[in-house]
Amino acid sequence: MQQQIFFFLIFLALLPPVQADLTIEITEGVEGAFPIAVVPFGWQGKTQPSEDVAAIINADLHRSGRFKTLPQVDMLSRPTSGDQVEFKDWRALDTEYLVVGQVQQSGVKGYTVRFQLFDVYRGEQLTGYSIPTTESNLRSTAHRIADLIYEKLMGVPGAFATRVAYITSVQVTGVQGQPKSRIDLRVADADGHNPQTIVSSSEPLMSPAWSPDGRKIAYVSFEEGRSAIYIQEVFTGQRQKVTAYKGINGAPAWSPDGRKLAMALSKGGNLDIYVFDLARKTLKQLTRHYAIDTEPAWSPDGRKIAFTSDRGGKPQIYEVPSYGGTAKRLTFQNAYNARASYSTDGKLLALVTREDGNYRIGTLDLESGLLQVLSRGNLDESPSFAPNGSMIIYASKAGHRGVLAAVSVDGRVRQRLALQEGDVREPVWSPFEK
Amino acid sequence: MYKTVITWVFITLSVILFAGCTSTPDKGPADVTERSTGAVGEGTDMQSGAMTSAASQGAEWYGDPLEDPNSLLATRVIYFEFDQSSIGMEYRDIVRAHAEYLATHPQVLVRLEGHADERGTREYNLGLGESRANAVRSIMMAEGVSDEQIVVVSYGEERAASFEHNEEAWALNRRVELIY
Repeated sequence: MQQQIFFFLIFLALLPPVQADLTIEITEGVEGAFPIAVVPFGWQGKTQPSEDVAAIINADLHRSGRFKTLPQVDMLSRPTSGDQVEFKDWRALDTEYLVVGQVQQSGVKGYTVRFQLFDVYRGEQLTGYSIPTTESNLRSTAHRIADLIYEKLMGVPGAFATRVAYITSVQVTGVQGQPKSRIDLRVADADGHNPQTIVSSSEPLMSPAWSPDGRKIAYVSFEEGRSAIYIQEVFTGQRQKVTAYKGINGAPAWSPDGRKLAMALSKGGNLDIYVFDLARKTLKQLTRHYAIDTEPAWSPDGRKIAFTSDRGGKPQIYEVPSYGGTAKRLTFQNAYNARASYSTDGKLLALVTREDGNYRIGTLDLESGLLQVLSRGNLDESPSFAPNGSMIIYASKAGHRGVLAAVSVDGRVRQRLALQEGDVREPVWSPFEK
Repeated sequence: MYKTVITWVFITLSVILFAGCTSTPDKGPADVTERSTGAVGEGTDMQSGAMTSAASQGAEWYGDPLEDPNSLLATRVIYFEFDQSSIGMEYRDIVRAHAEYLATHPQVLVRLEGHADERGTREYNLGLGESRANAVRSIMMAEGVSDEQIVVVSYGEERAASFEHNEEAWALNRRVELIY
């Protein structure tokens, strides 16, 4: 039976992606965003590539909220290489930065993408690369170029060539005509394109977590009538059941070295934090308290684990050494703080906090203890940092529907990501691909 | 013949249930406290009335008491307060009635499904749903139900009974479902 479910899931995972893309709209950008022009790329070869590389770069930069992109119709000229650029044309348009490039066919399915980034006022090239790629990788090459431009101008790497995993839920009609839920775990590019269902179930799926190398996702599935933790290879669909103890098997969290999985288990009678060694298959209990202890998250150096506990009466964030020890309370502001995760530099915790009856996304500065509320919804949850630490993606509600939203860590840029139908929830941003 | 047997079994059960009911005050100080609390309010009426009704219905109801629509056993959902997992006074007799049924039917299994409303984080709500189901389980075990008869599963906020986003919906979603 278990085998059958497994093959059914694999079969579903292999179905062509019929689901609609996520659409992303910027709801708030930064004042004084950098004016930049991305000129349509030139083309040399026989078969026109299926993707408009410049348009993808343009959309990425625009979506970050940090750039004001110039519409194509306003461009006075359309250079495709540095020697064709007339800087005065661009100065006249108050454009500060300029991207030009070309796509060249090389071989049957191969392409080479060249681009140059210029500082318009100084008339200088800031960076430029020539990147070999293929038809199927053109989108990701465009995202990588956007990453390079972002890094050059912002000083931190871009996170455009990354992905987001999330859960969707739609009502479908069952075999006997009865309504039932279909719950999918999906992975899409960070711009919402190319969504792929990697698990589909009529029972709840929860808490996806990327492995640090971005190749696996751990998640909770109720497909056997109760919770169990699985690890699945994103590219092959192969998976294994990790734990299915009596009671709750929840909240999987990878250690930064990818060797361990922290989790919340209630096999001891109530929820406590445990650490499971994936190679040795050994389990170590980290917390031992009659309260609810759940939602573990590793610090980037792997030395600490933050978790949610209501041992003080209400849910608050605590921190415990990952090898065991005494738990220390971290949150003191607001009566409800839960589901913490560390920023990549380890300085901030993203969390869910209740403020005036609203559940919102906030950050806790671990040094100053300052709690900053970033989101504005009333049922916001599941915050997840972009791997470059610039944005936090989270789940929100728009009317009756679950939607995804993102906010910059400084609260100045806001995006909303909506699926055409159904609920979207529990977004988790992938690490940088290795 | 079949009906006679069922009737006979049920009459016997009613007697056992009734006997169990009258003997509870002797069980321990916890139950005594419960009853004296109830004595000042409506609780007593509900409690004794419910028990009398279950017993008298027995004479007319020829099936399994679980199928009797007038029995306390017909109530299969226990509701909870926000962020709470303690069982309200108004549900205690219902849980006890189920416990007594299970204790006298050791071959019957029950699945306690704990749920939470959508507010707050999903994994914490999974814990909350389990605490609620465990609260029901504790009362049942105190009433003599065997551990092997009870399966606890928490769904947290993953399986809402009402999909609205308001107080009414949330109240319907904070629940434990008893599934035989």
